[in-house]
Order: sequence, then C-alpha cells, then structure tokens
Amino acid sequence: MTGIYLDHAATTPVRPEVWERMKPYLDGTFPGNPSSIHRYGRQARQAVDAARVAVAESIGASSEEIVFTSGGTESDNLAITGAARARRHEGNHVISTKTEHHAVLHACAQLEREGFEVTYLPVTADGIVRLESLLDALREDTILVTVMHGNNETGAIQPIADIGDQLREHGAFFHTDAVQSFGTLSVDVAELNVDLLTGSAHKINGPKGAGFLYVKKDTTLHPLVFGGEQERRLRPGTENVPAIVGFGEAVQLLQKEKEERAQACKRFIHRLLTALDAEKVPYEMNGSQEQKLPHIINVHFPGTQTEPLLAQLDLEGVAVSSGSACTAGSFQPSHVLAAMYGENDPRIRSSIRISVGYGNNEAQMDETAKQIAKITKKQRKVLGQK
Amino acid sequence: MIYLDNSATTVPYPEALDTYQKVATRYFGNPSSLHDYGSETEHLLRQARQSIADILEIKTNEITFTSGGTEGNNLAIKGVAFARRHRGNHIITSAIEHPSVLETCRYLEKQGFEVTYLPVDHKGCISLQSVKDACREGTILVSIMHVNHETGAIQPVEEVGECLKYHEKIRFHVDHVQGATKVPLDLKNSGVDLCTFSGHKFHGLKGTGMLYVREGVQLDPLIHGGGQEQNLRSGTENLPGIVALAKAFRLSNQNYSKAKNDLAALKTELIQELQQREGFHINTPENSSAPHIINVSILGVRPEIVIQALTKKNIHVSSKSACSSRLQSASEVLVAQHGPKERAETGLRFSFDYDTDKSDIDPLIEALDEIVPNIRKIKEVKS
Repeated sequence: MTGIYLDHAATTPVRPEVWERMKPYLDGTFPGNPSSIHRYGRQARQAVDAARVAVAESIGASSEEIVFTSGGTESDNLAITGAARARRHEGNHVISTKTEHHAVLHACAQLEREGFEVTYLPVTADGIVRLESLLDALREDTILVTVMHGNNETGAIQPIADIGDQLREHGAFFHTDAVQSFGTLSVDVAELNVDLLTGSAHKINGPKGAGFLYVKKDTTLHPLVFGGEQERRLRPGTENVPAIVGFGEAVQLLQKEKEERAQACKRFIHRLLTALDAEKVPYEMNGSQEQKLPHIINVHFPGTQTEPLLAQLDLEGVAVSSGSACTAGSFQPSHVLAAMYGENDPRIRSSIRISVGYGNNEAQMDETAKQIAKITKKQRKVLGQK
Repeated sequence: MIYLDNSATTVPYPEALDTYQKVATRYFGNPSSLHDYGSETEHLLRQARQSIADILEIKTNEITFTSGGTEGNNLAIKGVAFARRHRGNHIITSAIEHPSVLETCRYLEKQGFEVTYLPVDHKGCISLQSVKDACREGTILVSIMHVNHETGAIQPVEEVGECLKYHEKIRFHVDHVQGATKVPLDLKNSGVDLCTFSGHKFHGLKGTGMLYVREGVQLDPLIHGGGQEQNLRSGTENLPGIVALAKAFRLSNQNYSKAKNDLAALKTELIQELQQREGFHINTPENSSAPHIINVSILGVRPEIVIQALTKKNIHVSSKSACSSRLQSASEVLVAQHGPKERAETGLRFSFDYDTDKSDIDPLIEALDEIVPNIRKIKEVKS
C-alpha cells in the first residue's frame, strides 16, 4: 500500500519476522490444540508457554501472572469488571479517570449499572491526573483504581508509580492500561506498583486478536468467560496459538529495539514539527510535552476543522486520526481533549492525533508537513470567510 | 501424519491462510479508523459478513464476530440471562454440553439463576419431551448443542426450536461449534435465536468465531468498549482472522456438499470394524450422529496409554473434549450417557475432516490391533 501511515496508535503493521514465527502454527506443521495430550498438543502448549515467558520477562512478571486474552479491550474488561465483582463484599467504590480508553470507561459504566459507584478523576490542561485528586477521591470502600499508563490520544503519561505507591497501604487493587506505553516506554510491574496491567499485540507490530493481562499473584478476579481449564480458568477457550506465538515474537523484537524505536519516534516527531515550523503552519501542541509517549502527538490547528482535515489528508495519502479508533468509525469530539480544555474549547474540534512507528521515515514527515500546510491554509481561508 | 483430532482443532485451509496473511500484512488499518486504510479494511469486514450471511441465509446484522466458541457460548447464555433477568430466572440446558456452556450455567446458578440439566438416553440424546416438561413460567433460555463434541450425537434442536416457537418468552441458543459445515441447521426456519460457531473447527484460524443473534434478540455484552459489532462485542476487530473465517466457512460448506456421503460411509465402516473387537463399545449412535466423530470405549485400557502409543506411530487422536482433557477423570458426557461405569472412563475419540479417507483409518485399525492386546497383556501380568 502506498501512502503515509501515521496512525500507529490505532493499529500497527505486522512485522515480517512475526509472521514467519506464526506460520508453522498455521499451515499444519504444528496443528495441535494445546489441551490435547498427543504430541501436537504438547508442541502447541510449549509454544504458548514460551510466549508467556517472553511477555512476562518484558514486564518483570513471572509467567504464571500472565493471562492471554483476545486483546486490550478484553483485558481491560477482565481486569475492571473481574476485580470489582470479586471484591464486591469488601466495597463498592471504583476510581478511574476522565481520559481513559473506552474499553475502561465503558467497563466502568457497566459497573455503575451493577450498582458500583465510580469516581472519574479530572485531568489538568496537560492531560495528567494529579496525585492529590486521587487521594481526595480515595475512600475506605474503594476496591479498585484504574488509571492508564500512556494516553492513546495525547500520549500523556500518568504518574502510575506514584499512584501505586499511595495505594500500597490502602489495599485497593490497581490496574493500568499499558496498551499504548508498552511499545515505547519501559514497563515494569514492580516499578509501577500495579496489580493488573493490560497489553495488546496489534499495537506493537504483532497480530490482531491477542492481548494479555498481568494478574499479580494472589489477585482474585471473576472471569468474564467460563468453560475449560485454559489460562488458569481466568480465560477459557482454545488458546489462539499462532497469535500468541506472534505476540511472543513481537515482544522479543520490542525488548531488543525498544529504546531504538523510542528514539526513532522522537526523531520523526521532531522532524515533522520542524517542517511544520519551516512551512510557517500555525499550530499548538495539546497536553504535556515533557511527560508524554514518544510516538503520539495531538496537535491543534487553529481555524480548521478536524473532520475535513482528516478527509483531505486521507485524499493526499496521509492517514492520521482524530483520536481513538475505537469509537467505531464515527466522529465524536474527543472526550480526552474535552476533559483537558472543557467542552467548549475550539481546540477539541480542530485537533488531530499523529502517531508514528514501524515503516515511517524522515521524508514522510516532510511530505506530511507540506500536505498539512497546504490543507490547513485552504481551510483557514474558507472557514475564515464564513 | 494421521491427524484424527479434528474436533479439537483443524488445520487451516491453505486458502484461508493466504487470505489471513494477505490481510494481516497488506491491510493493516483499523476498521474503525476514518482514513483510507480504515475504509479498505471496513470494506473487507463487510464482504466477509455478507458472504457468511448469504450461506446461512440470514441478515448481515445478525452476525457478531467473537474470539471463538467459548466466548460465543458465554455471550449468548450470560447475555440472555442478564438481559432477561426481569422476566424470569430459569434456564434449561443438557447434561452433555461443552464446558463453556456447563460452566457458564454453573456460574449463573451462583448468581441466583436456576438451571435444569436435561438427561440423555443411552444413545447420548435428549428427548423433545424432556424439554417440553422442563419449560415453565419464568424460563428465559434453552441452550442445547447441535452435535455433541465427544460422541457426535445429533440433538433434536430443530424440533426443540419448532416447539419453542410457541413460547415467545423463551430464547433458544444452539451451540453449533461441532455441527457447523458437517450437519446442516436451518437457522432461518428452525426457531433458533442464537447460534455459536468457532472458526478453528472448520479450518479457519484459532481466535475467531461468530455468534448468530436473531434480529430483535437483546443481549447484555460481556465486553464493553469502543462499540464494535453493534455494541455486542467491543475491541479492534481481528480482521485477518474474520476474512479467513469467511473463506474457510465457504470452502468447508462446499466440501460438505461434495463429500458428506463419503465421510458418513467412512464413519460407518470404522464403526463396523471397531464393533467386531472384544471389549470395544461404540458410544456414537450409528444413526443420528455427525459424519466426523466416532467415540469408542475400549474396556480394560486407559485411553491416555492408547493415545500415547498411537502418537508414537504418528496417529493423533484424543479422549474427551480438549477443553477438559487435562483433568484425570471420567468424561462427563459418557457418564451422562452410561452412568459412572468403566465405559465412561475409557472413551477414545476419532474425529475426521473432509480429507480423511481409508488410508487414514486402515493404519488406525492396524495400530489398535497391535497396541490394545499388548496393553491388556501387560495389565494381566501385573495383576
């Protein structure tokens, strides 16, 4: 496919190395169901176990603490509804934030329907939650706190380690959605002080249909799904062996290259912004520029409108987005930007998210800046006349 | 290699695999994205859904893609139970369902639902009358599998569906995981409200499946988030898997039209061979069973030992459901059928695909004739 793909926060291309590792588990070389006791079953079991070790090592966990799922959304749901339902007898209060991914927000909404009380912490204009607001919200009957690690729309990094530190005394379970941060930040469950952590394969150049939930030893959850004995009964169903194997490979590549990738992302973003400056495009960055993921920026282009901007860029072969892809194809103003700037700030209707990754290069950044300059100029003119 | 464990999992068709690779590596957009990469993938998703809907003669909005059979069964059963809780709390299922149905029902019992587990006769089938007798005020769901995963026994789901048409308040779910592309089921006319499919049982990929949800049937989702799959199943769609599933479903249905009689004949032949041997008891009813599953109890011989010995000869079979086969106990299905006897602890399952032929079953019989007397002899010496 030609064109410039700058939507790596939505999904990423599968690396050829990942595909090569998956292939024998797809083409009949190793056909088994890991629960079967014949040789092919045992081979499949070993492959799943090896991937589990790779994932566990990448976050400083032990392999019994990794539960494979169908992806990030399922992991978030399992963590949040699973923890709350398991601890219902201990309390009724859950804390989250206003800028979480919809998988978290809608899992929390489900808990509210079931009678739980959920506090959604605000963020300041930099997109970051203040520790004080968490401490204010924390109650004796708080059973779960869920705060994402790196935001999927702005890249803002939340103070997970500090929050975890505060919660250690309290005893509420602490979950973080690390789907976006896993690919470019160091993610270590001991450093972050978390009990539950979500990761997804297709955001790190692995296949779709695989994710994991880190479940710290002795953290009890109610499963979402019931059935066989797989994944220590926390996630029954025949293991998606090829996707799990691909996930393991993607994680191993990531561990080797994480620092390098983060540096490349920073370089691309810097190049893009420098080129925008050279083109004299008026823009403002949304959210913290210090405490952020290296592969995501959220940019406000004053005097433009998000939707036509995306459409025009798309026509020119540049794929960017308005925010989370998971709002099922519809354009809605970003709840993340609204939480940062308020519902009425013009920024929330004239900003786009740009996310870089595997396959991008400097020349693409220059070309993107050129296209943005051309399109925003036209838009400002048209909209200015209205 | 002789692979006779197709009820546990199948090898993807090369065509399905090509499709998967092409989509995974070329069309990597997120179908929910607004840009061109997103719209191309959205188009592929629509095509896949259409092709499946055409085969099943249902509407495209009646298909919800899932991560597999276990999720599909859970979504159907928990989904109906929680969405219809205000109308009643009684559920009817059978004693021989897959663990993903039985365990879900047991969970619902803990949540205050009442579940009736219908018994089966010595052929492994429930009776229509027992469903009728169990239906009562407050029954909200009946969940019966089409083809049993261990014995291949076909349950009278079309008759049950017909009868439930007169109970408007009761939703009817069919676990069609083993029956799909092997034993036809008329979704449109048989009164089925929900029906579970799993991709890797018909040469699609693991991690893929679908749930048929008749238009107008309300479910509570299991997984909340971005609202994909009409809000019934959030999460980025596993597009390569879904497109491969549609491909495999079409090919597997074509194979059904071509080869169903051959497969049924092969089954009969193997049953007749096995029957002649001393201490071999066939648990698969000769009529009213799927063409691809044969279950036999070999008395006096532990199934794990036979499986290991066959594996050494590169023949791969299994005992009971892969989803419970690591537990060292009798098969729940065979206990329901025959009681807690030796027969329930000695079941072996041979399961075919449309490529299985005589060149697979002849070596199997030969190997059994060598292995079984040997194991029995060793046992005799020991005792």
